[in-house]
Formats: sequence, structure tokens, C-alpha cells
Amino acid sequence: MPRPPSPSIPEKEFVYGALKEGLRVDGRLPLEMRTPALAFGPELGWVECSLGKTRVLAQVDAKMVKPPPERPLEGIISIHSEISPMASSDYELGRPSDEEVTITRMLDKVLRRSDVVDKESLCVLAGQRVWHLRLTIHCLADAGNMLDCACLAGVVALKHFRRPEVEVVGEEVTVHHPSERAPVPLSMHHTPYCLTFAYFPDASTKPVLDPTHLEQRLSAGMLSIALNAQRELCVVQKAGGVPLAADEILRIVDVAVDKAKELDKLVEQRLKEDWAGRTVEVR
Amino acid sequence: MSSRIEILNDGGYRSDGRRQYELRDITIDLTPQGTADGSASITHGLTQVSVSIFGPREAKQRSQTLHDRAILNVEVNVLPFSTGDRRRRGRSDRRILELAASIKSTFEPVVQTSLYPRSQIDIFVSVLQQDGGLLQACINATTLALASAGVPMFDFVCAVSGGVHSAAPLLDLTTLEENDLPHVTVAVMPRTKKVTLVTLETRLHVDRFADIFRLACDAGQTIHAEMRRAVKERTRTLVAAMGAGPRAGPGEHMDRDVVMDDTIIDY
Repeated sequence: MPRPPSPSIPEKEFVYGALKEGLRVDGRLPLEMRTPALAFGPELGWVECSLGKTRVLAQVDAKMVKPPPERPLEGIISIHSEISPMASSDYELGRPSDEEVTITRMLDKVLRRSDVVDKESLCVLAGQRVWHLRLTIHCLADAGNMLDCACLAGVVALKHFRRPEVEVVGEEVTVHHPSERAPVPLSMHHTPYCLTFAYFPDASTKPVLDPTHLEQRLSAGMLSIALNAQRELCVVQKAGGVPLAADEILRIVDVAVDKAKELDKLVEQRLKEDWAGRTVEVR
Repeated sequence: MSSRIEILNDGGYRSDGRRQYELRDITIDLTPQGTADGSASITHGLTQVSVSIFGPREAKQRSQTLHDRAILNVEVNVLPFSTGDRRRRGRSDRRILELAASIKSTFEPVVQTSLYPRSQIDIFVSVLQQDGGLLQACINATTLALASAGVPMFDFVCAVSGGVHSAAPLLDLTTLEENDLPHVTVAVMPRTKKVTLVTLETRLHVDRFADIFRLACDAGQTIHAEMRRAVKERTRTLVAAMGAGPRAGPGEHMDRDVVMDDTIIDY
């Protein structure tokens, strides 16, 4: 298995030197995100999110299944993340690398375990019929910070998705076609956004938000924080890397709070715009 | 089932009779295991983890070695009888892979790997019993095993878990409490008081997080004292067994601490 080539020494020194002065290669401020671009597909629950050249496609579909006997009152959510060599030559098929494991586990924690979707609202008929939501995340291109991009795509896809209306009469379940009755949005508890900060080996260098691929490769540790606009942390993940002072971590959490609010505003606005452009025919 | 159990009762006691800030019993065993170069097992209450270290040695796969430092190879084995429901977890279980990856990246900056270029240090973690605080036990046991293997490190890494029960912070959670509460695991380096690992998996308000985070950082110091005592105790027995130690004459302090100078290079 060939290791991907590491950045050359002049490149490395240039980036470190610039970062020390608070400058980034792409001209951003240290704590500035690339503005996410959201493109919605023709179907509901089909979202393509891009942060610079990082692109991720998320898609939600729902089908009705019989719930497992131990949880008869809850719907099922499953997340499939497809990280293939298509995104970057760092990833390969077969045994997943540490990075891939981190991304998949983080997606699972942010989108499933933090109770984003109210699972009980997905129950149609107790013990008989529940909705099974399937969120597929395709990583199309990795130009750094794929985790944040994938989380954003996943959350927006869940917000964008609408499931068909169902009607239950006794034991009879009728699923109405979208052209017959307007599909209903999922009931969501909150919307978490993931933000990743990269730290560098030199202690005097300030951390950067939303690292590019090069910055990520040169970093000596990452801190990922997932939180919602209501100042609730969902996931904090800093596995190893450079040791940080306790106050520094709490400071970064405060920075993340503000960024999540900005992100929330942007997402809400984009969803509203998209919804205004759609016509849902109801007979 | 779990909702019937009172996490913290009116008298301020938890379900296992501890107070809010009380840690569980810690037992540290540093006796050698088999042919391992260093080994340690630690118990935090009913959680038991045993770690064996092999190396620094030549890597099995030469292609994986780095020319300027040693690589760490962490393998975690969760034994099927360690939990209530007997279940075999494969090597490729994502939770286990994640656990191994976080142990690896926690120790990479702490172990002085640059002293052993082109070599490999194997860390084999076996989880014998689980009752909450798995990551914390794995990290503490790995620190002790590395110390007993004589692998040079910049500092100890001491981990502790904590949770919040309706605004009341609790330390060192059991499985029962972990299932019901938002919980964090924090690993600190006690001499520099810096934090190498933080994980939080459940929804928690930012202000609450700050409380429990600071508390866990302090609790790390307590764990450190305990770990350090065990390492020194073990070394003392070894020295005594070899007959090489200084004889403790009257008025001489045997247990005087060797204070390493506290100016650590920032790495």
C-alpha cells in the first residue's frame, strides 16, 4: 500500500510560516469558513454540498419496514457513507483507514446518536410498520475537511426530505402518493453543525477553522465540535494530537457557537429559497 | 428499565453508593505478562483492561515504517464475556477501530517516538470487563504499560470520564449512568496540565460542558497520583529484589521524589 506523498519541505515551510503570521494560502482569515454552497436536486432529500472544492452528495429515501421486536415504537435510521478512491487517492477500498473510520463514526454520532430525527414520529403502526430512513452520503471530492461537509450535507438532506403522508384506519395503512397529498417534513429535534479546527505543531500558531487538504496534512491535531444554534454541544472530538490548555478548548467552543449560528441562518435561508421555487401539486 | 434507577438521590448518593465527585476503586497491577516487554492491568470499579507492550522492535511490515520515528500499532480486543450480553465483536467493528485509533493518536505525541526511527511499538489492549469508562481505562492502562516497558514518554496521560445529571456533574460513570447521561472523557497530561483528548457523545449545553470539563481536568490529577504511586511502588520492589537499591538507613528518606526539572520543551 503506497503512502500518499507528503508535502515538500519548501511547501511545508511556506505554509507554516504564513500561518504563523495568521495568513492562509487561500487568503482566508484563520477562523473563516469557506462558504458552503448547497444545491438541491429535483427530488426532495437530494442535496449536494460543497465547501470550496470538497463536494459531498447526500440523499435520503424512506421505505416501510417491520420494526425489530425490541424497539416496536421507533423508526429506523441508517447512514451509509461511501468514501471511495473517487474522492481522493488517500482512500481505498477494503480495510478502512483511520481517517475513514473517524468520518463514519462522527457521521453516526452527529446524525443518528444525537437524536436529530424524532424516531418515534417515524412509527406508523406499533410493532407492525415503521419508516426506515436511509441516508446515503457519497463523497465526491476531498479538498480538505470532508467531515464538516458530509455532516452539513446529511443534516440539510434530512431537513429537505419529506416523507409521503400515511393514513391509518384500524389495521389498514394507506400511503398517499405525493401527487395526491402533500408529503410531510420529518419531525426534527435540532440541527447540529459540525466544525473542525486544525492545530499545528508550533504552539504559537493559531488554530484554523475548516482546514484545506494541505492544512489538514500539515496539522498536528484536529478538534471537531458538533453543535446546534441553541448552544447545545452534540459531539466534541479531539482524539490525541497536540495537547491543548483547558481554556483554549473552551475558547474554541465559544467560537464554534457563533459559527454554528451563522451556518444555521444560511441553511434556513437556502432551504426557504428552494422551497419557494418548488410547486407541489395537490389535487 | 434504566429509567427506574435514581442516578442521584436526594441524599446526594449515586446508584452504587458513591458521592458526586467520588471515583471508583482503582487497582493497578504491573506484574509482567508472558513475554511482553511491558504490561499493566487496571481496574476502575468493575471495568478491567489489560495492556501488553511489545517493542520498540523491527516492524512486521517494513513498508509501514517511518524513517525518522517509531510507529505505534494499537490493537484492541474486546473479549466476548466482558459485557452483560455475550457478544463477539469482530476486529473490524467500527467502535473498536475508533477506540484503537483514538488510543493511537493520543499516545503518538506523548511517546518519544523520534528516539526509535524505523521501528514499531505494539500496544495490545484486552478489555476483560466493561462497566463504563472504557476509553478512560484503556488510556490509563496503556500509559502504565508503556511506563513499565521503559518506553520514554514526555508525561503520563491520565483519563477520566464525567457526566452531567440535570446540572449536577458526576465523575467516573458506570454503564448504568453512561446510558442515561451525557458523558465526556478527558485525558490530561498532569505536569503541563494540557488536554490531549476530549470526547463528548451526547447533547449537552455549552455552559454545562465547561463545568464538567474543568472538573474532569482536576480529577485527572488524582488519577495521576494513584498511577505514579503504583509505578514507584513497582520499581521499588524490583530494585529491592535485585539487591541493588540503596539501603534505607535511619533518617534517610527512601521515597524522596526525584523531581524532574519542570521546564518541558513545548512539542
